[in-house]
Amino acid sequence: MLAYLIKRLGLALAVICTVVLVLFSLLYLIPGDPATIALGPRATPEAIARYAERMHLDEPIWRQFLIYIGNAFTGDLGVDIFSERPVTAIILDRLGFTLALVCAAMGWAMLIGIPLGCLSAVMPNTAVDRITGVLSVSTIAIPSFLVSIWALLIFAVELRWLPAIGAGEPGETLDQLSHLVLPAFAVGLSWVGYLARMVRASMLEVMGETYIRSARAFGLRPRKVVFGYALRVAILPTITLIGMGFGGLISSTVFAEIIFARPGIGKLIFDSVMARNFPVVQGGVIVATTLYILVVLISDILIAWFDPRVRESL
Amino acid sequence: MNRFETQTGQPGIDASGLPEHLSEDEVRESAARERREKLRMFLTNWQGVTGLILVTLFFASAIFAPWIAPYDPNALDIPSRLVDPSLEHLAGTDQLGRDTFSRILYGGRVALKIAAIGVSVALVSGLILGMIAGFGPRWLDNLLLLVFDTVRAFPTIVLALATVALTGPSLELVLAIVIITSIPQYARVTRTATLSLKNTDFILAERSLGAGMPRMLWHHVMPNVIGPLMILAAMEVPVVVTVEAGLSFLGLGVLPPTASWGTILNEGYLVIRDTPWMVVAGGVPLILTTLGFTFLGEALRDIFDPRMGKGR
Repeated sequence: MLAYLIKRLGLALAVICTVVLVLFSLLYLIPGDPATIALGPRATPEAIARYAERMHLDEPIWRQFLIYIGNAFTGDLGVDIFSERPVTAIILDRLGFTLALVCAAMGWAMLIGIPLGCLSAVMPNTAVDRITGVLSVSTIAIPSFLVSIWALLIFAVELRWLPAIGAGEPGETLDQLSHLVLPAFAVGLSWVGYLARMVRASMLEVMGETYIRSARAFGLRPRKVVFGYALRVAILPTITLIGMGFGGLISSTVFAEIIFARPGIGKLIFDSVMARNFPVVQGGVIVATTLYILVVLISDILIAWFDPRVRESL
Repeated sequence: MNRFETQTGQPGIDASGLPEHLSEDEVRESAARERREKLRMFLTNWQGVTGLILVTLFFASAIFAPWIAPYDPNALDIPSRLVDPSLEHLAGTDQLGRDTFSRILYGGRVALKIAAIGVSVALVSGLILGMIAGFGPRWLDNLLLLVFDTVRAFPTIVLALATVALTGPSLELVLAIVIITSIPQYARVTRTATLSLKNTDFILAERSLGAGMPRMLWHHVMPNVIGPLMILAAMEVPVVVTVEAGLSFLGLGVLPPTASWGTILNEGYLVIRDTPWMVVAGGVPLILTTLGFTFLGEALRDIFDPRMGKGR
């Protein structure tokens, strides 16, 4: 297990470094002076000079990269061009909104999707199963940003049940929760479909195993067999699915934040792209990617913990 | 295949593995019967038929847009701006008085163009990379797998945002992102199929006859993987169309005044408090297209390749 852990951690670090390298080299792949490109046409000569000094632009490129990555690991991601605030502080301000949205979306999707998958698996080929099947395919196929726009249109603009934009007044929990409902609904909807499908497929497989038959033969109640025995094993592939789908989850979070004007990381990156505030874009993308890699890492380690065969394969 | 029949030298079994007593005509007829059976299965599968109808509708409306569209998609008519749907304007008009229905039809052309180019380039590149991974040395296989896994699950939109920050929005950028992020899907399927074919008897026979690598890949591996790849392509079209619409919605893809479902949604989002019709009109074709291709792909997969899908 330890050997696997070390290999897996090394791999995660390598991927993060690659992402930083790609982001860093993007600046140099475009012809022209890096400082001018990064700061955009509106930057003053003083700002360009300051940026050139901060990024050590007079040094060779490989040294600039080492300096940047060294700073990034100590938590220094540079400063905002306009406000001169440290990028790290700006991101930390916003990170909570994104994490809350991701957790809320995933939470309600699991709460609905997993039982729905169990239900379909327990009664395969019935009307309930067929309807669940069509609904999960449909929720997976419908683009999540469209769900966001239509949810905004129906529940905020037409019905006025829920607030449309922002994240609520700081400190007022109820207000913040009411601002969380629509984005979480939109981001989580396709996951209800994914989870229901995945759980159904792996449950059907597990329900055919002999130990389930034995449990039944011992006269355990069906509820106990399904939730106590089958689901415990069948849930494993779902953990992998969550890890692998987390990139998509971040993408739909970015859309939801922009559409509902929620001040998270996605909105921050988007606004900075529009304002050509490249240090903030760079920092935001690095943080979002690191978040993604961490989730994949955790899901991989969990799987290896549960299933010893996986440890051998890396 | 005829060449092998004399060389295998095993009585009773020819190279195709069929018993000798079946004549060629009988084999051909049983193949035809199987095809008819598959066609019948497809036509009685309501998801498949719905998918086929929606996909046909998508192609037809995009190709014949110039003949169907009642108005020029970019013709301004400020006095009748933001009118509700009527017989005159089937889907209403936008903030500049342009006919939304005509713009949707022309937006379909952008979606079709991106989907056609994106899916075909990604399919061919994925096919080649997957065969290299499957037939190549082990270290190359491992390296390519790592790259595929990383790219496949990477947050596409975040990557796109970072790139747009430097290059500015363009259609080419959307295409590049679509292609890069979907290559791994095709490559993975090809690699798995290639690996399982690598040690089969007919490949070994071909190899012992001195066939070169390109010939083996082209004549023997490719025909075996192209079926699953086509099904995968049908399932990938919704992803591609969604990425295009999403990036255009953010103002990072197709630029106004070019009509795209994404730009219509973006303009509709800005006037969502005045009229709901633009975001409804921009969203409906997007949903119909994604659902259509997904239903079609799922039905094809269930009928032709039941092993491929773990779920339904």
